[in-house]
Amino acid sequence: MTEKTQETHQDAEVHVVKPPIYLAIFLTLLALTALTTGISFIDLGVFNAVIALAIACFKASLVVLFFMHLHYSSRLLKLTVAAGIFTFLLLISLTMTDYISRAWGMF
Amino acid sequence: MSTIVSLPDQATAKLPAKSYLNQEYGLMSWLLTGDHKRIAILYMISISFFFVIGGVLAGLIRLELLTPPSDLMATDTYNKVFSMHGIIMVFLFLVPSVPATIGNFLIPLMVGARDLAFPKINLLSWYLYVGGGIFVLSAMVLGGVDTGWTFTTPLSTHYLNTHVVTAAMGIFLAGFSSIFTGLNFIVTVHRMRCPGMTWFRLPLFVWGHYATSIIMILGTPVLAITLVLVALERTMSIGVFDPTKGGDPLLFQHLFWFYSHPAVYIMILPGMAVISEVISTFSRKRVFGYTAVAFSSVAIAVFGFLVWEHHMFIMGVSQYSALVFSLMTMLVAVPSAIKIFNWSMTLYKGSITFETPMLYAFGFIGLFTIGGLTGIFLATLGMDIHLTETYFIVAHFHFVMVGGMLMAYLAGVHFWWPKMTGRMYPEAISKTAAVITFIGFIVTFFPQFLLGYLGMPRRYAAYPADFQVLNVFSTAGASILGIGYMLPMLYLPWSLIYGQIAGNNPWQATGLEWQIQSPPLTENFVEIPIMDHEAYDYEWLANKTQHEVQTVG
Ligand code: HEM
Ligand SMILES: [Cu+2]
Repeated sequence: MTEKTQETHQDAEVHVVKPPIYLAIFLTLLALTALTTGISFIDLGVFNAVIALAIACFKASLVVLFFMHLHYSSRLLKLTVAAGIFTFLLLISLTMTDYISRAWGMF
Repeated sequence: MSTIVSLPDQATAKLPAKSYLNQEYGLMSWLLTGDHKRIAILYMISISFFFVIGGVLAGLIRLELLTPPSDLMATDTYNKVFSMHGIIMVFLFLVPSVPATIGNFLIPLMVGARDLAFPKINLLSWYLYVGGGIFVLSAMVLGGVDTGWTFTTPLSTHYLNTHVVTAAMGIFLAGFSSIFTGLNFIVTVHRMRCPGMTWFRLPLFVWGHYATSIIMILGTPVLAITLVLVALERTMSIGVFDPTKGGDPLLFQHLFWFYSHPAVYIMILPGMAVISEVISTFSRKRVFGYTAVAFSSVAIAVFGFLVWEHHMFIMGVSQYSALVFSLMTMLVAVPSAIKIFNWSMTLYKGSITFETPMLYAFGFIGLFTIGGLTGIFLATLGMDIHLTETYFIVAHFHFVMVGGMLMAYLAGVHFWWPKMTGRMYPEAISKTAAVITFIGFIVTFFPQFLLGYLGMPRRYAAYPADFQVLNVFSTAGASILGIGYMLPMLYLPWSLIYGQIAGNNPWQATGLEWQIQSPPLTENFVEIPIMDHEAYDYEWLANKTQHEVQTVG
């Protein structure tokens, strides 16, 4: 019996993140918040929402990757998070098939 | 008739001196337990309670529909009764039915672990369920909700003054209880398999629950968010679902069905998981096409997320989009069909015996097939215009949910009853109950296909006199069905005291759970087992039994 049976605990060793990294991320998040606030004073037309959402997504990724340690975690954990994101994209994209084409051929 | 049941000599047989049932005594030892087996029992008692309430409401619906005018209750009361019936049966009975009871009990036993990965979260999940149940009951007692179980906007957000938010809160809580169950199963299956238990040695029961857990974790949060949005819309008029504020009522439908279609697979996959075990045991054969059955569960879980718009075909969605979803819906029926064919092939040349769980399993196969095929009718764009919102839909989903899942639940409860309690249920009366259930089911729900096809709409208290004959059939069938469900509720508790002692392995089944004492020890296994064979290996079992006979006697 040589089969690999129990998953090897790749993420068993706890990764200690150094404080300077936390500080850098924290400052980046603050800077991005300032950026969002600043940009809201300029009218960019359709890009108002696009840019605000892009910055928000970037910030969320930083939190998940560093504060929540995903960057240092096992492939299995990364896959788990990816599954969530994938499902969310399914929700958005398939719903959009309705919104984009609802009025086709009507006018 | 031949049987495979082998019980120990009743004159000398005793229940094991120590088991999870008598490890500790007192109410607190149950309410604060971390033992997955005890939590399963807690769940079983609670869902039975809600099943009875939901069942009484169903009885009231059928009684009202016995005659064409709305004479038993006012029309708005009728709306509240069917809404509460749907909410209770879907969220408080069917979703937790097999996974939270039988699944909770068996997953650790089947993977060879001492408990689930997070016992406390498991207990928390039960408390959330009870909290959700209390909210739903309060909504009912305080005056009811009349949105239907689907909470359709703008009805639920703009036009009703009933307890929508209370009921939604209840479902929100129950949703989190099912997320926690799913989380526990996934981590347990990944992390806690015993040595030698590879993925492809897992019983198909575990595969089915793994697939279910994926849906629970990825789908249920969307339901939770949607219900919160409904509550915010009602209380603060935030406008997401309100066209006058730039929102869209159909957005609610997208979000709701994004969960609720996959949720119908939460309500069937665990049932299929039970059927695989039962069919194999009572035909003494390895499940035909193990890998195909295992992967079809996962395929159902994944592709189940791509079809939700079939609930919205007549609501004014894009026709082009509807075309895509119609096609996807037809495709998702394929993995279900794979399972049906594989079970049939398992029966082929098997040595079949007809114990109670097997009778329920046969009921499942027949009724689920009809239910699934009528789903294809509904997935056809043109046909759906005629059939949607009629009794045809009601018949469709009762065939899959009641004819499918409820039958599977009863199959599972009977199959593992000896393991859970250490005692057998009474065989003759339980077979009668299984047959009564099947007949009652057909008489209740088959006429509803005809009614729907003839055009009787769902969700009305009154109907034209032409439809009465078929409705009388349906109500009569419901009475038979009621007897069929009452019997197990009487003889199962009876068997706790008077049932025959079952011994470790009354069915001579191959699963790990059958190789330990019944009822099991709190820690399940004295020593963590080492798995050295595939699931459903009847030769291994025969060798093992022979070996035991030689050494013991
Ligand atoms: C096997 C393949 C299946 C197919 C192709 C299918 C297809 C459909 C379609 C197209 C509808 C929408 C009808 C309409 O609104 O006009 C529907 C409704 C429904 N189906 Fe299925 N279905 C399948 C299996 C299931 C299963 C396994 C369950 C539950 C265990 C289920 C439960 C329901 C429910 C509850 C509704 C009605 C929801 C409502 O409006 O209240 N279906 N089905
Ligand atoms: Cu559906």
